Amino acid sequence: MFGNLSDRLVETFKNLRSKGKLSAADIDATLREIRRALLEADVALEVVKNFIAAVRERALGDEVSKALNPAQQVVQIVQEELVTILGGEQRRISFAKNPPTVIMLAGLQGSGKTTLAGKLAKWLKDQGQTPILVACDLQRPNAVNQLQVIGERVGVPVFAPEEGNGKGNPVSVAKDAIKHAKQKQFSVVIVDTAGRLGIDEELMKQANDIRKATDPDEVLFVIDSMIGQDAVNVAKAFEDGVGITGVVLTKLDGDARGGAALSVAQVTGKPIIFASTGEGMDAFEPFYPDRMASRILDMGDILTLIEQAQKSFDEEQAREIAEKMAKDAFTLEDFLDQMQQLRKMGSIKNMLAMMPGANKLKSQLENIDEKEIDHTEAIIRSMTPKERKDPKILNGSRRLRIAKGSGMTVTDVNGLVNRFEQAAKMMKTMARGGNPGIPGMPTGMPPMGRPQAKKDKGKKGSKSGNPAKRAAEAAGIELPRADKGGSAFGIGG
Amino acid sequence: MFWRKKDKNVQAPEEVQEQVQDVVETVTESPAIEAVTEQVVEVEIPQVELEPIELPKRSLTKGIKSLFSRIKFDVENLEELEDVLIQADFGVDAAEAIVQEVKNRAKKSGAKTESELRLILTNLLTEKFGRDDRALKLDNGVQPYVILVVGVNGAGKTTTIGKLANWLTQGGAKVTLGAADTFRAAAVDQLATWATRSNSEIVKPSIEGQDPAAVAFESVERAIANQSDVLIIDTAGRLQNKQGLMDELGKIRRVIEKNLAISEVLLVLDATTGQNALAQAKAFTEVANVTGIVLTKLDGTAKGGIVYAIQEQLDIPVKLVGIGEGIDDFGFFDASEFAIGLVGES
Repeated sequence: MFGNLSDRLVETFKNLRSKGKLSAADIDATLREIRRALLEADVALEVVKNFIAAVRERALGDEVSKALNPAQQVVQIVQEELVTILGGEQRRISFAKNPPTVIMLAGLQGSGKTTLAGKLAKWLKDQGQTPILVACDLQRPNAVNQLQVIGERVGVPVFAPEEGNGKGNPVSVAKDAIKHAKQKQFSVVIVDTAGRLGIDEELMKQANDIRKATDPDEVLFVIDSMIGQDAVNVAKAFEDGVGITGVVLTKLDGDARGGAALSVAQVTGKPIIFASTGEGMDAFEPFYPDRMASRILDMGDILTLIEQAQKSFDEEQAREIAEKMAKDAFTLEDFLDQMQQLRKMGSIKNMLAMMPGANKLKSQLENIDEKEIDHTEAIIRSMTPKERKDPKILNGSRRLRIAKGSGMTVTDVNGLVNRFEQAAKMMKTMARGGNPGIPGMPTGMPPMGRPQAKKDKGKKGSKSGNPAKRAAEAAGIELPRADKGGSAFGIGG
Repeated sequence: MFWRKKDKNVQAPEEVQEQVQDVVETVTESPAIEAVTEQVVEVEIPQVELEPIELPKRSLTKGIKSLFSRIKFDVENLEELEDVLIQADFGVDAAEAIVQEVKNRAKKSGAKTESELRLILTNLLTEKFGRDDRALKLDNGVQPYVILVVGVNGAGKTTTIGKLANWLTQGGAKVTLGAADTFRAAAVDQLATWATRSNSEIVKPSIEGQDPAAVAFESVERAIANQSDVLIIDTAGRLQNKQGLMDELGKIRRVIEKNLAISEVLLVLDATTGQNALAQAKAFTEVANVTGIVLTKLDGTAKGGIVYAIQEQLDIPVKLVGIGEGIDDFGFFDASEFAIGLVGES
């Protein structure tokens, strides 16, 4: 498959790095990649087009920050615009002044309305409300039954006078439910309705009738986060046919990028209020626009990462090292230097965690022991300058002395020397053949720390037993391609 | 059409049953036929003769509505064509590749007019979608044939099973349903309703929340005991990135295969699904060895173009399509019908 947006942006950045000013062509190159990323994330085409046009206009304007390089500026604008469309801040459910508050759920078949009804009921109940669920899906076989089971699970009563399976009138059920709720003083009424297609006029009219009959405070449009381009049509149909007040995004625990969120927010102008993130009745949370923006772009916090890398790494020094490597003059001294450079960037773990797609690598990140760097440093510092320049002279007695001096064992010293030699070899090749790395990063990271091959063996994507080398590989090639997964929102979720 | 042993009382030993594959010559009439050429296997022990069972004809009648009808085709500028393909969820890469191919063909044939271009596109899609393994493989004579139905939550698995069961029973088949979705509230009841509607037998979990693999195992035992022609096993919806649930599916599969070969593993895909459908197909194929796709909810505005990429990359055919909630609302996927539906009349 093709790499994700981060990969391709890195490519674009590379070409832009040297330039100080942003040309229209630069912007377009970056935006082409972003367009593709958005489409691959299932953002609807018309939404993508409008979005790209807006970003382009802003990027061409005078809004230039000196802190960032041109490509980063574009990316930052994209991120900001995404968050703006997705809703700058969270909106809460609006409650009626005079209870009961009525919440109606509507959406396509299989979008997750009934499950959501249960989660919403539980959430409200936990907040001290007294909700009641209303079974207005009389269409799907045993939907009523399903709601009853769910109601029982979350300890919320269910109003279900009709058995469903095609029998009964959902409009009158809804009407009766409001009466019932008033009588019994329930504070919130949650109306579950049948799934329907946007183009099914009869069923859309029925949904509208339910709305009229219950006069809901919220009409929540429930949409599957895996939905593709059709999201715009569906959202429009529900907005026009029923009129919605907010959106709930379901199945966000899957690995879909969820571009639909953007489509729906853009097309309806209605806020996304909740995210549903699993099958458990607690898997339900408020919607976070910024996390969703990162997820759609599959970017991670790449801006921060690039900034840090740029700040701490001296380009002059990088060039020197690259030259040395090419000439085979790379010494343990340089090795130490580079390591200190890396140190300046902050904890390796944190840095890697900022990488896009790093979620999958969390377990591997755990294996990176920052102490190993200290140990390596201690070993090198226990060497004489001559030894650092020419590790070949390291005989047994020298190694013993170094081990004693650094408080490590001879095996550790041997290991370091071996890894250094390998690394020097690898870097030589890379320096000659060009290095795939993110901009501003040192030209190939030196390995450090003890190899942890045993722990990592068999782990997917980990080619090197050495954490730092692995990190270098990851930074350049592997990492951004690793799939998202884990928490609902990708990184930071 | 599917094949059934003529005399149900003649029970051949197991090894023989296995050999009795492809015993009969068939005529391809219904799309449900697996084209089998005359190929008689020599067996010593009395042959089990198969009789063909005619099943009601089905086709993609309600089908998809064309997105292309509103655009003008112009060989110089096919960008709009690309846009339309993207909007049909083909994905950027597939859309670009198709447009390129249309351009090439137009160049070769000198096509210029809009109707010529439409024809090129229709033919191209028909070709790409066309394959001869679309029929359900219910033909090797080893009964009951087992169909395992898998997919993410809300794709339409249970509804598909109801329709499929009804279609089979209408054709005179004896069908047993296995309710191995023991997770979702009332899923078993939902399947039971379909069992009643379709005159099928159903095997339910003996206790609530029973291990789905155990239900699958019992379903197999029952289907063998009651001499069913077809056993369809429903499974809980699961998102493909949930490793634990995917492992569970692998277990269900293994448990079934202890006693019976699985004829079909159908992955149910919601046509509204975007690019994630490809990830779904990959993951489910890895765990459950998917043999065919059921594309549901095609009666809406979604086009399900992602099946193009799925077929290209994973080589899995679309076998069935769902076009509504009614018991008869499904059909067999037909490449040219699909292509014409998508492109519109040329």
